[in-house]
Amino acid sequence: MAQLTYREAIRAGLEEALQSNPETFIMGEDVGAYGGSYAVTKGFMEEYGEERIIDTPIAESGFVGTGIGAAIAGMSPIVEIMTINFSLLAMDQIVHIAAKARYMSGGQISVPIVIRTVSGGGNMLAATHSQSLEAWYARVPGLKVVTPSNAADALGLLRTAVADPNPVMYVEHSLLYGSRSEVPDEHYTIPFGSARVARGGTDVSIIAYLRMVPVALQAAELLEEDGIDAEVIDLRSLLPLDTQTFIDSVHKTNRAVVVEETWEFGGFAGEIIAQINEKAFDSLDGPALRVGGVNVPTPYSRPLELLTIPTPEMVADKVRSLF
Amino acid sequence: MLRTMKLIRRFEERSAEHYGRGNIGGFLHLYIGEEAVAVGVISPLRDDDKIVTHYRDHGHALARGMDTAACMAELFGKSTGVSGGKGGSMHFFDVEKGFMGGHAIVGGQLPLAVGLAFANRYRGEDSLVVCFLGDGAVNEGEFHESMNLASLWKLPVLFLLENNGFGMGTRVERASAQPIIHRLADRHNVRSHREENGQDVFAVRQATLDAIEYIRDGNGPYFLEVMTYRFRGHSMADPIEYRQQHEVEPWLDLDPIKLLSDRLLENNLTTEDEVGAIDEDVENEVNEAIQFALDSPFPTPDELYTDIYA
Repeated sequence: MAQLTYREAIRAGLEEALQSNPETFIMGEDVGAYGGSYAVTKGFMEEYGEERIIDTPIAESGFVGTGIGAAIAGMSPIVEIMTINFSLLAMDQIVHIAAKARYMSGGQISVPIVIRTVSGGGNMLAATHSQSLEAWYARVPGLKVVTPSNAADALGLLRTAVADPNPVMYVEHSLLYGSRSEVPDEHYTIPFGSARVARGGTDVSIIAYLRMVPVALQAAELLEEDGIDAEVIDLRSLLPLDTQTFIDSVHKTNRAVVVEETWEFGGFAGEIIAQINEKAFDSLDGPALRVGGVNVPTPYSRPLELLTIPTPEMVADKVRSLF
Repeated sequence: MLRTMKLIRRFEERSAEHYGRGNIGGFLHLYIGEEAVAVGVISPLRDDDKIVTHYRDHGHALARGMDTAACMAELFGKSTGVSGGKGGSMHFFDVEKGFMGGHAIVGGQLPLAVGLAFANRYRGEDSLVVCFLGDGAVNEGEFHESMNLASLWKLPVLFLLENNGFGMGTRVERASAQPIIHRLADRHNVRSHREENGQDVFAVRQATLDAIEYIRDGNGPYFLEVMTYRFRGHSMADPIEYRQQHEVEPWLDLDPIKLLSDRLLENNLTTEDEVGAIDEDVENEVNEAIQFALDSPFPTPDELYTDIYA
């Protein structure tokens, strides 16, 4: 076991992909000479050459579409969109071509592309640079959406993403890059649609993904002081979604709180709660609840911004309301 | 070439008939009047070249030699269609023939063409990608992003603009500040040419051959604007209230099929009998295609869930 940061784990996965497949290339804004906006691909251009580590103009639809076209031609591109906010400029290509080309061609086409991007707020970057939009993509049949919360998952899920013959949105979080966790030395992969019990417990199921997993784990520690034994479920991927793991958990704990960073209104937590109602209603001792981002454009000012993102205290308070 | 153009024409005339009968639904965008472009551009391509196009794609598909019956079956929504009945008129695909789709979001096919060409160059192949677009697409951001990328990386793309004068019902002059559209290519350092005689299949073919030579020599992309005219409305739903008959009539005199057959006859390259035989042959082929489409089964309900993921 090695202790790796989230960033190092992703780097390791990217290097494996580059070394194992000569038809894999990395394309995006400032991924090469600059080394990546979050330094994930630092040094790659020197190591793998400009032919494979490709800086693009600021033209998200153009270069994401180029990656999709190369994937349709049978290559295995990894395209980086600097942040998920900018992915909106490429949404036509992602939603209309990558997600639908296979279906609309009657199965003639595959689109084996990995689109890496960075989600989330908390960096005082204001409304256009602080959004969590992964749940939008999780509503599109034909895409896969992966949300690693720690280094070990980041590597295992990236390996699966690279091997997957379908378009995968691999969503990272800017505040997780420095986080460390144990990463097994032996080769392993993590299949999509396999949620993880991040912490076992008996009294309540806290269901989360991406950076809300560490937040939920901290909430569980706070709740321990109240004598509440919380189980934390890390969804790991939103599409495909592993419903069984959290349904089993709710059958055991009889209570559920879903946590996510995106706007609470119309968010992915609503989907999880609907699934709980459909499949575990009789097990519930109270309503399935949610804690999401506040429904406002994210403000710049620090004290205001801090009010918009769920904290361990907010999650713990919501859980306590069930007891 | 005459036969292919006539095939496209009859295929579409009969499609319109079956749209009226309710056998074909959705949008049906007819290519009638523009046949010289598809045939002039596609006939000189190699088998390993690829084609990406827009939603007015029947002409391109037939010019590429896609199966007429499977094309008709797609319009009828049958499982034997070129896209299994899941794409319809706007989304014909035939990967074996390098036909990488009709794409129905205006401008969306351009980055895709750049990506296919990127793969060609990465692999050291000398095949090229033809990307058809309409005059309406050039005001989309994806047009400029794609032209820039293709030029920046010197990718083998032939951007083939079919200028039929209208983006749906809006004239080019009311949509583009630069109505001489091929001049937009200068902005991206892309070699361009406007072919005024887009109803003349020989002129289109020669302009295409020039473009192909330029691209295969490794000079990067080429932008060819071909002036043509859409004889029918934007789609079957279009009452065509935005243009006057006196404007349309001179174009109808430039029917590309009549121009070609007259020229062949004048030069004694064919006879009335031979033209008549082609008409009969095409009629039979389209009739058989319609019968095939009628006889084919609809996709079964379980096909709803296939082909979403590989």
